[in-house]
Amino acid sequence: MSTLIKLLFSRFRKGLVTTSVDADNIEVIGQDLKKLISAKLKRSFNIREVDTGSCGACEAEIIAANNPIYDISQYGISFVASPRHADALLVTGPVSKNMVMALKKTYAAMPGPKLVISCGDCALDGGIFKGSYYVAGGVGNILPVDFHIPGCPPSPKDIIRIIYSFLKT
Amino acid sequence: MDVNSFLATLTNKHKITPVKTFENGADELYVETNQAGFGAFCLALHQELCSPVMAMFARDLDDKFQIYCAFMNFQTQTWVFVTMKILKTEPEFKSIALQIYSANLFEREIKEMFGLHHLGNPDNRRLHLHEEVWPQGFYPLRHDFIPPNNEPSSAEYEFSLVEGEGVFEVPVGPVHAGIIAPGHFRFSVAGEPIINLEIRLGFTHRGVEKLLENKTPLECLKISECVAGDSAFAHSWAFCCALEKINRINVPDKAVNIRMILLELERMYNHVADLGGIALDVGFSPAQALSAIIKESIHVLNEKLTGSRFLKGVNVVGGVAKDLDFTAGKRIVDSLIQIRRDFKELETILMSSVSFLDRVDTTGVLRKKTAQDLGVYGLAGRAAGIKIDTRKGFMPCYDQVDFKLCSSASGDALSRLKVRMEEFSQSVNIICQLTEKLDNGKIVADDINIKPGFALGCVEGWRGPVLYWVNLNDVGKIDRVKIVDPSFRSWQGLAYAVLGEIIPDFPLCNKSFNLSYPGRDL
Ligand code: SF4
Repeated sequence: MSTLIKLLFSRFRKGLVTTSVDADNIEVIGQDLKKLISAKLKRSFNIREVDTGSCGACEAEIIAANNPIYDISQYGISFVASPRHADALLVTGPVSKNMVMALKKTYAAMPGPKLVISCGDCALDGGIFKGSYYVAGGVGNILPVDFHIPGCPPSPKDIIRIIYSFLKT
Repeated sequence: MDVNSFLATLTNKHKITPVKTFENGADELYVETNQAGFGAFCLALHQELCSPVMAMFARDLDDKFQIYCAFMNFQTQTWVFVTMKILKTEPEFKSIALQIYSANLFEREIKEMFGLHHLGNPDNRRLHLHEEVWPQGFYPLRHDFIPPNNEPSSAEYEFSLVEGEGVFEVPVGPVHAGIIAPGHFRFSVAGEPIINLEIRLGFTHRGVEKLLENKTPLECLKISECVAGDSAFAHSWAFCCALEKINRINVPDKAVNIRMILLELERMYNHVADLGGIALDVGFSPAQALSAIIKESIHVLNEKLTGSRFLKGVNVVGGVAKDLDFTAGKRIVDSLIQIRRDFKELETILMSSVSFLDRVDTTGVLRKKTAQDLGVYGLAGRAAGIKIDTRKGFMPCYDQVDFKLCSSASGDALSRLKVRMEEFSQSVNIICQLTEKLDNGKIVADDINIKPGFALGCVEGWRGPVLYWVNLNDVGKIDRVKIVDPSFRSWQGLAYAVLGEIIPDFPLCNKSFNLSYPGRDL
């Protein structure tokens, strides 16, 4: 009980944390994004994340986009546990040869329309790992990629912004 | 113990004499042996120094192969390497893993990367190049390696089989439910308790060590930051450290201070994220939310200080590229006040929740003996009672700051949690001590000229000691880099810690270690 009371007070003291990103207009973009998702995707955009050999920083930023500060889920984007529930696949990493099969299988398990988003420079063409004997060289070599989020790693704001600009077009 | 008396002990007590010994810089001793003496030397050092194999790797000398095996000497705070050469016509060596278990993974790695057969080691399975994908007979780290041309491979990985009445297997992965790196876990359970866990990794293998070959130090520095993203700073520092040792570069004090501050910030954001992760894995999401807020504020601070949320692009050979002046120091201290306050709150919330403590207490116990045998050093080792932190002794720059080595004896998830909490507070203290010293000094050494040679760089990242052994050729390019992330050895520790636990507690155990997939897979 006392824990819950402590938690409650801590919430009051902390206040609304999302406002701290306002400087970059993310909130405004986010609200537009929410409308877009509402109109085009019937209220929710479900993403399944797959790591095909990333260094982990891209994952960390995707997780950060879900933190209470950026809170990407308030705009209708959620990260789901199974490809069967996913509208889009968000793929990071240069695609290690060991992951080619798993990536294809994950894609096969998705329902239509099967969007594919590549995230981070190494998902585009291998990035810093380009030319390695064990890298298939970007997600585009394995799956049809709909759009790319550049950066090494892209910041949470970039992730939100670029998903927005894709959905707008 | 100085070098001579140390070698005398080996000769008198263990009746072995090296072919040649030499010191490389202030803290590395190389003991060259012949093939027959290699195992005996390794075993003698392992017993005398009470050190697991910290790194074992091969190098292609074009006409021969050379194998190195590194131990830590805790008394003199130095590194001891045993080396031997192998003829290309007889690509094999006697396994030492039967006597020194911590050599096992390294031997298997040498086998798959160089094709040197480890005679006597029954385990031939590959660590990185999956049997289903990579045909036999292609050894990437040999100089004359030519990649296979789409030859199919029909081999299969052999999981260890647990049989008996009621025993069944639960395979999980490589793609997991969360936003997390890939790995395959195979549980054998009888009823509820796990009786065996086999962890198959390598899914994020990118061929980093080969990629580094024949590149300039500058190019390699960038790659080292992408080996394990959450330890980007520790990895790039370890790489720079090796190069600075080879070239006898004196890094200016100010640059060292900046590096220490940033390394501690890296430790802090990872530790606090893990506290939240552990809370989330038992379903305690409010604590996770607070931890994510703290983590984010450290990332924001990182970005303001260096332009990178993950502290990339800061380390350069001979110093740092980003200056932190007095105002930056003030900014750090100001941010730390808020961060510390939030952290205190997180601690109170976690430690006052009985149901949370009930889940982590005595869960996932890693025994000290097991940790020692496997070579689980760093955070997970300290939580199991191995009081080793390379910041104490092996990184001389840390002598000027006052901090406590945090450890615990019980080795369960709770002790890993507590060690993280203590280390977080210690890091805040370290940073506060260092910000006072930020002056107008130089941040990069002058007169940097790259010479051929080799050396080991060691940095205590947040998971444990990150090692880079670098050899430069005569044109100043990289001939060989061996990277050892602490995760490489520690993954085995997790496989032991979960024994007897139930599968629903696995995510919790896993998170309490939070080992690196890309750092292990390279
Ligand atoms: S794009 Fe950069 S940050 Fe992302 S996984 Fe690749 S190397 Fe890491």
